[in-house]
Parts: sequence; C-alpha cells; structure tokens
Amino acid sequence: MPGAIYAEGLVKTFGDVRALDGVDLDVPEGTVLGLLGPNGAGKTTAVRVLTTLLRPDSGKAVVAGIDVLKNPNEVRRSIGLSGQFAAVDEYLTGRENLQMVGQLYQMSGRDAKTRATELLERFNLSEAGDRPAKTYSGGMRRRLDLAAALVVSPPVMFMDEPTTGLDPRNRQQLWGIIQELVAGGTTLLLTTQYLEEADQLAHDICVVDHGKVIARGTSDQLKSRTGGERVEVVVHERDQLTVATEVLRGFGKGEVSLDDHTRRITVPVTGGAKLLAEVIRELDSRGVEIDDIGLRRPTLDDVFISLTGHAAEGEEEPGRPEEAAK
Amino acid sequence: MSTAAGTATRTAAPRARGGIGQSVRDSLVVAKRNLIRMLRIPEMIIFGLIQPIMFVVLFSYVFGGSISVGGDVSSDLYREFLMAGIFAQTVTFATAGAGAGIADDMHKGLIDRFRSLPMARGAVLTGRTLADLVQTALTIVVLALVALLVGWRIHEGILKMLAGFALLLFLGYAFSWIGALIGLSVRTPEAATSGGLIWLFPLTFISNAFVPSDNMPTLLRHIAEWNPFSATVQACRELFGNLPQGYPVADAWPMQHPVLASLLWSVVIIAVFRTLAVRKYRSATV
Repeated sequence: MPGAIYAEGLVKTFGDVRALDGVDLDVPEGTVLGLLGPNGAGKTTAVRVLTTLLRPDSGKAVVAGIDVLKNPNEVRRSIGLSGQFAAVDEYLTGRENLQMVGQLYQMSGRDAKTRATELLERFNLSEAGDRPAKTYSGGMRRRLDLAAALVVSPPVMFMDEPTTGLDPRNRQQLWGIIQELVAGGTTLLLTTQYLEEADQLAHDICVVDHGKVIARGTSDQLKSRTGGERVEVVVHERDQLTVATEVLRGFGKGEVSLDDHTRRITVPVTGGAKLLAEVIRELDSRGVEIDDIGLRRPTLDDVFISLTGHAAEGEEEPGRPEEAAK
Repeated sequence: MSTAAGTATRTAAPRARGGIGQSVRDSLVVAKRNLIRMLRIPEMIIFGLIQPIMFVVLFSYVFGGSISVGGDVSSDLYREFLMAGIFAQTVTFATAGAGAGIADDMHKGLIDRFRSLPMARGAVLTGRTLADLVQTALTIVVLALVALLVGWRIHEGILKMLAGFALLLFLGYAFSWIGALIGLSVRTPEAATSGGLIWLFPLTFISNAFVPSDNMPTLLRHIAEWNPFSATVQACRELFGNLPQGYPVADAWPMQHPVLASLLWSVVIIAVFRTLAVRKYRSATV
C-alpha cells in the first residue's frame, strides 16, 4: 500500500532545466521525510507538484490516498502548506489571518474564530494576536505561517524550508513544534538545506540534486555509506606533523590526509575509543604535543559532500528553476 | 488517531459545498481581507483621491477657457462636459491598483497559500476586484462633491445620475479584470503598477473624455467613437444632462446608443478578461 505521500516518476521541465527528472517518493503515514539538497536541486518544485500548485509534465502523485492530478481540490482539503516565505498578510492581524484561512478551508465563521484563538494560544501568539503581522518578528511570522497551515489539523503537511533565515533559538522552538506535530501522527514532508535539521526531524532522508533522488535512507544508513569513523589530530607545532603522521599511519585503516595549514591530520580507523586512547599514548611517548584530538563520525555534511561533490550551503545560488526558466 | 498536544484529531477540511454559494462566500472572505488592508493603508485611498481632484482643477481652470465644446467657448460649459470624462478616467486608473495588489500577493507567496486551499478557483480575484469596487465607489462620491464645488451640476435628476454612476462603476469593475490579468502576468508589483497604467493613457485620451472627438484625424476619431471608454463617458453626459446645446453627436452606433454600448462593452470585457485571468491564476507561478 502506498504511503501518505507517494510519487512516481515525476518530471517537470522549465525550458532547458529539468527541475524534476524522474522523482519517486514514498512516505509512510505518520513519518517525516526530509528532502535534502542544494538550491535549485528541485526540492521546491517537488513540493509545489505535491501540493497541487504545479502540474508535472509526467508522473504520478498521490497524497492522503487521493490522486493529485485528478482530484486537486480533494487533496487541498487534506494538506497544510508552510512555505519558504512566511505567507501571511502583513496588514492583517494574526487572528484575522488565521480566521481567513479557516474560512477558506470551508470552516464556518464561528469555527474559524474558535480555531484561530486555539492556535494563537498554542503557538504563543495570543498577546500579539490582535496586532498586524507586520509588527511581528521573523520567528513570530514563521509560527503564524505554520499555524495557518495547521488550521484544519491536516493529516499531511508540507514544509518548504521552514527555518531558513531563523536564528538558532527560533529554529529550536520551531523544531519543538514540528516534533510535537509528528508525535500526533501527522505525515510530514520537509525540505531543508540544513543537514542538522534533517538529522533532528526526519525519519527518512532523500538527497536530491539536479532533479534526481541520488540517495535515500535513514540518517544513520546514509552516514555509514559514506564511511566509518576517523581519528583527527591537531598538533601544536608544525615540525611535529611528520612524526604524528607516521604514528597515525600505523593505526589507520586507510589513507592519511594532512592539512598543513591547520596542522590537522585525519585517518580512517576502526576500534573506537579504545584505539583513540592508544593513539594518544603513542603520540605522547614520541613527544608530540597535541592541541586537539578526537574520534569523528561522518556528519550529514560529509554524506552530502561525498554524494554531490559540493556542500549543501554557501555555494553560488543557481536560483529557483521556476525563475531561471522565465 | 492520537492527538498532538492541544490539537483536535487530524481531520481534513469540511467538504466544500461547491457551486455558486461557495464562490460567493469565498469571494466575500477575500474581499473582506482586502478591505481591511485598505483601511490599514489609508495613504492608498488618499493618493487615489488626490490625482482625480488635481485633474478636475487643472482641466477646468487651465484648459477650461480654451477648449471649445459645441462651438461655444465657455469654461462653465467645459467644466460640466469634463466631469464625466474625469469620473471615467478615475474608475479606470484605479484598476492599476488591482494589478499591483495581486502581483504583490504573488510575490509574497500569498497566492501560493490561497491556491493550496480548497477554495473556489475565481474567489481570490473576484474578492480583490470587489474590494476595489468599494474603494472606487468611495472615490467617486468624494470626487462628485469636489465637482459640485467647482460648478458641476446635473440636469436630469438623481435617478439618472445614479444610473450614470452605476455605469461608471461597472466599467471600472470590468477594467479591474484587465488589471488583474496584468498583475498575474508580471514578475514584480512595480512592473504591475507601470504596466497597469501604460495602456490607460491612449485608452483615456483617444476618446471623447477631454475634447470632442469630431476634431480628431479620421483614424483616431473612429477609434475614439468605438472606444468602450467613450461610450461610458457619452452615456454619463446624457444621464447627467451635461451635453452642451448643439454638441455634435457622432453617427457611430456606440455614440448613438451610449448606455447600451457601455453596458455591452463592460459585459464583454468581464467575460473575456475574467476567463483569461482565472486561467492564468490557476497556473500562476512566481
């Protein structure tokens, strides 16, 4: 049986750009899928197709058991969307925004009003509820946007980069809300550029690049694919690098990599903490003074770099494919 | 099903009622939103008023003495003649606002939000154009009062005057669908504002709004006589009793039957541009 979000062979091109190039997804009910990828990888396009905003050139999509292409309005009843831009009307108050969305979800005026009050309370916006959203901080706007997506407690939620641009405190707070939501059984598809976010929130992760899914699995599976643990040493004096490298080569299970500038030596190992203690003893007996030493497991950053050949953040932005196509 | 802290059980939205009832209700919800915005940005209404008031004053005092209507050079006559033109220009220029507002909603992601909701498909645009209609009506009332101050009078009674205003508002409503289409077709609110204004200059000036069209070169005269804008202006002049004695009424059908022509034009414009705008809305991407 297909999951709460299911896609098969989704293709969408904008001019020459293949924004989606045969994407398959299957998200079991009540789980979180993290869609991870650099800017322009096709994450947003995938969300737009699944939330009925964009028709794919080909492929199949089913959300909450309803065919997205055949029955978009039925799908809209069962989803909540929280976008990259906090899509609230800044001249309306928080309460007015939520009431409007409720009524457009076809709730009665009275139900929409009650629900707005509940949500303002839950998202810690009661005090600001009667001020125009213009006066809200970035974090408050995101919370309001998320509240708007939850007006009907939809069984399936889509969040497109929910914490982009938020400071760490607000990000933590939003993560808390999302975790609570998922604990309540909501199925969630989340796109993010923050690997830590996917690590924290997602049960399964799909890495997309150039419109294709290039890897999928749990965070642990992806990490172990990239390789095991490594010992990393930073020596105090540059002229001790040679000795230290020799020592590490003796313990290592692969090639030693050396960064002359930062005086950092890294080598893949097996044996964990016990081995680390041996390395320290050996370095000490050879008179090598160390600034830092540690056992490092691969992060999702390493996974990302090894899969795509570049980092997830901080690179030149190719822009959204929708825009590039115009 | 379990519940998230403080939330009701996960449920889909109530089933849409569908049909006209839902369209009307959704449109009114969106119209209310746009009206609240207007009240919170009063500058918009104020600027919307200043321009037509300036036009009334400038045209009647600067040009008033030198523009001849019906062989008689009199600024009093011209002032009466002019008002219907200014009114009509005001309702059409207001449509640039609809386009800019919709482009702004697209830009900010609100249109995406609306399109992901199970609402009637034309409601976002209908709500917007209805709210604009309310604002335009308000502008017309203020403008009529200013016009009375500078010497505009009606000679055919209140009912005909109201009929004239109704035609003006209907034309403005029709044109706001063109504004909506422009707003959906451009990438930024700024482009919508200028794109929404450019076509209005030839439309309003190649017409009978400010000068009688019978002195224009043949081609322009034909355009002016068949211009939907001219039909409404002519209809209002008739309904207000603002046509000077001996004013030459052109033989073109819309000038002979201006009220009917004005109504027909507005209906046709709505039918065409509402269809195009709603189609564009459904496939809108930023």
